[in-house]
Amino acid sequence: MSDPQKPSISRRGFLKAASVTAASTLVESVHAVAKEANEASRGPRTSGPGLVPIVLHVNGIAHSLTVEPRLTLAEALRDSLGLTGTKVVCDRGSCSACTIWLDKLPTLSCMTLAIDVGSRNITTIEGIATGSQLHPVQAAFVKHDAMQCGFCTPGMVMSCVALLDRNPSPTLDDVKHAVSGNLCRCGTYPKVFAATLEVAQGRKLVNPIISANREKGA
Amino acid sequence: MESEVLDPQQAKSRQEGVKGESAPVRAAEKKDSAASTPQATRTDNFLFGIPQLGVTQVARQVPLNEPPPMPANADLKYIGKPTPRYDGAAKVTGAGKYTADIHLPGMLYAYMVGATVPHARVIAVDVSAAERSPGVRAVHVIQHVLGNAELRDPAKEAPSTYPIVRYFGQPVAAVAATSQAAANDAAALIKVTYDPMPFVVHRDAARASDAPLVYPGPADQAGTAGGGGGPANVPQVGNVHGPSKKKIGDVSKGFAEADVVVEGEYFTQIQTHSALETHGVVADWKPDELTVYASTQGTSSVRDEFAAYFKLPKTKVRVITEYMGGGFGAKFGAGNEGVVAASLSRKANAPVRLMLDRRQEHIVSNRPDSHQKLKIGAKSDGTLTAIQLTSYGTAGVGTGAGTAGPATNMYKCPNLLTEEYDVFVNAGPGAAMRAPGHPQGCFALEQAIDELAEKLKIDPLAYREKIDDSPARKVERQIILEKTNWRNRRPPGADNGPIKRGIGISQSVWYRFVNMNSSCEVRISKDGSVELMSAVQDLGTGTKTVLAQVVAEEFGIPPQDVVIRIGDTRYPIGPDSGGSITMGSITPAARNAAHQAKQQFLAAIAPGLGVPAEQLVLLDGRLVVASDKSRSYTLRQAAAKMPTDEISARATRVAEYTKDRLTYGGVDYVELAVDTETGRVHVERVFGVHDCGRPMNPLGVVSQINGGILQGISYALFEQRIMDPGKGSMLNANLESYKIIGAREIPEIEVVLIENYIAQSSTDAAGIGESAGVIALAAAIANAFYNATGVRMRSLPMTPQHVLTALGKADRETHV
Ligand code: FES
Ligand code: FES
Repeated sequence: MSDPQKPSISRRGFLKAASVTAASTLVESVHAVAKEANEASRGPRTSGPGLVPIVLHVNGIAHSLTVEPRLTLAEALRDSLGLTGTKVVCDRGSCSACTIWLDKLPTLSCMTLAIDVGSRNITTIEGIATGSQLHPVQAAFVKHDAMQCGFCTPGMVMSCVALLDRNPSPTLDDVKHAVSGNLCRCGTYPKVFAATLEVAQGRKLVNPIISANREKGA
Repeated sequence: MESEVLDPQQAKSRQEGVKGESAPVRAAEKKDSAASTPQATRTDNFLFGIPQLGVTQVARQVPLNEPPPMPANADLKYIGKPTPRYDGAAKVTGAGKYTADIHLPGMLYAYMVGATVPHARVIAVDVSAAERSPGVRAVHVIQHVLGNAELRDPAKEAPSTYPIVRYFGQPVAAVAATSQAAANDAAALIKVTYDPMPFVVHRDAARASDAPLVYPGPADQAGTAGGGGGPANVPQVGNVHGPSKKKIGDVSKGFAEADVVVEGEYFTQIQTHSALETHGVVADWKPDELTVYASTQGTSSVRDEFAAYFKLPKTKVRVITEYMGGGFGAKFGAGNEGVVAASLSRKANAPVRLMLDRRQEHIVSNRPDSHQKLKIGAKSDGTLTAIQLTSYGTAGVGTGAGTAGPATNMYKCPNLLTEEYDVFVNAGPGAAMRAPGHPQGCFALEQAIDELAEKLKIDPLAYREKIDDSPARKVERQIILEKTNWRNRRPPGADNGPIKRGIGISQSVWYRFVNMNSSCEVRISKDGSVELMSAVQDLGTGTKTVLAQVVAEEFGIPPQDVVIRIGDTRYPIGPDSGGSITMGSITPAARNAAHQAKQQFLAAIAPGLGVPAEQLVLLDGRLVVASDKSRSYTLRQAAAKMPTDEISARATRVAEYTKDRLTYGGVDYVELAVDTETGRVHVERVFGVHDCGRPMNPLGVVSQINGGILQGISYALFEQRIMDPGKGSMLNANLESYKIIGAREIPEIEVVLIENYIAQSSTDAAGIGESAGVIALAAAIANAFYNATGVRMRSLPMTPQHVLTALGKADRETHV
């Protein structure tokens, strides 16, 4: 992406962003763009095709980036930030391998443009454990062996943790529904169900401790 | 596993019966039988048999440095115990780095351009616009395509500057650029000029005498190290390559002797492997070494093909596969994407990542389809008198569509004739896929056996009891009788309402293959840490975990205290993982290396402790002096007494203790409901009983069998490649219209493992990838469907359309 871009759109937001980026004061530029974005949010705004500065808030850390407007959030996470736990399998919204959370809402990062995330908080699989302490759902996945090749596993974990956050007492059917978009070619579903249900049941017994962990993890 | 000794003719036919299995399997066979140089031996007594039938002792001659016979699982500390995955935490946290996750400094991203026609000569490839595109660092035009069959006589075809395009999507050229988007943009600017030729994409159409020819003369596919390949130098007429024949006795005599004959035609579809991680590599070409991170089932096969293709010594090719996102038989060798990435890396002088996109992944490999005619004769007492199978299948531009494995190897029959034909079509090459040929073959065979049983008025399970001499499957059937609803099975079509429920079973057969290219090194360091190294890879099958258990058992330390370093050709050579070969091949090498390292370690520290080495025992993480139990040390304390900082031993797989040809078997039971109004089939319960020799890690084995069962259901009910006969492309090369089983369709699954001690190696372990339900499920579902409805499903997949057609309920609207 080091090649010169030829801006062909002369909308206010774009030009302002481009010129500030050229001044290479990234933090300032971010503020400027944010301000600009606020102003622009009252009317239609176009970005690109040149590089656009953005800030992504990922797992509690703000990252300043300049990205092509067409860059998906999945690509930004994986290629720009090195957060490769998020997997891309279909790149068109049919497998949920790329599931992350935007403000706790499970979202397909392959179907989300990085420039559209705005100030929302992104949580990726790398942000689920607390240090070396696995989230109870992750620990249950390991205990039940709810993985084989593991390529679908980050997406599965994101879906299942989110389920338990919004529904602490899911039924088997609720779990199936929560991962109904998550494809697993190795066939780990039975153990994904068992692991998730076990955490839900265990949580009823030791609710305070695990909730506290979960808060930290999320 | 059966352990009978076959007569030579039968053994030969069984070996050939494993049609379409991966090349390393065949290579391993040869190496196995060749490794019989006489050496000093001793006699040991080994466990032999299945607990339910009684375990006995059997004497074997073994090499002098073999470890002592391994006790039964019940008497072991770590082996045979459910053990969480070695890299489980890395997988649930996203920390594990797959090939698609590798990012090297200065790395470029590549995209391959595929042909937009299914059959053509390429007149010109204009890459000038692509080369000028922003961010582009290298462009490569493909000179030789891997994976296609090759003409026996190249002179049958006029020479061509570029490879002839024989399928839509065949790789033509590629671009490497500074971002994936830049590479994709540039790839779109490559202009290919084609001189199109007539084409054919369906098996039946390709068999017609006037069908367009995929190859202008006889062609054979050698197969890569494990992918595809079928019999060479068989007759070829038009696109029909074969038959590959097997003959025992005389089937016409057998049918003449039969009191009952069943005969049917069966059709199965093309399934794509659809691993979630696509084929791909990161290639880093440096003057002194080519490093390749590959999503592969065989680090060694990748190294070999790169070395051969680029004429490099093997010492200058390093292949790394630490995490791998699924293969199922399709990922061996360098592949077009590998050769292209390395070529681009050499040109650009930078590392290059090239992962196929999802559309390309559907085209790169598949399980061939089949049209089978199967005829079986039996006497009125049920004794089989003749089995005759003719099969036609297409592996696209490749070969390897045979289906005769089950018909040849499941039941003994004095008269057998199988004739397998490959039919070339203009579509991507087939490849080995989880038990190549066997789900197809079983779909026919196990339905025919049920039909025979019905004609003979015998319960289908009881009938198998009569004609099947596998001890493992005998035990498995008994467990099904005890643990399932089989005894309450009703006559076909017993439900009156629109929802009809039924029960069915099917059996499976697979083979014990061993690859002698299986070596491990085990090291103990002066701080008491223990590690194992081997080039063998873990596809998600749990290789790392089992290796840790094996070393742990020898050293008396928990598996999580052993460090496993595998998936790198810098370590001792490992087997390619195809045909359920890995567990049975690598674990004896691991145990022997661990045992030898331990012996060396004990001998090295014994003098310092003032006791003979034989008095030293490693147990529960401690070193104990047997004659004086009060003297015990942690492993760390003991290792501190080592005279050198490191002790290591390396061991290579020892030949099987006997030359018996062994098979594995499983029996799977299915309960399902057929909605006769919508045509939907709901599998409600699966009960699978399976044999993998000595189960090393039951937790992981059950995971694999769950997966095999679910892939089998998915194959039976949902998956099918749909080709556009007008354009020659795959219409559903994505994951929304190529339907794979999902969470909503998962039945209740219960898996039971039997222990089967075979006294063949220092571990008696065996793989389970093939014999994991994937072979039997389509047949079991079809048999249950018959039990539910009284109608036989002879075509896969059992989509609503096919079901309604079979039930005689389809009208025009239901046809596509
Ligand atoms: S990669 Fe995003 S849904 Fe498949
Ligand atoms: S574990 Fe391999 S795809 Fe789910």
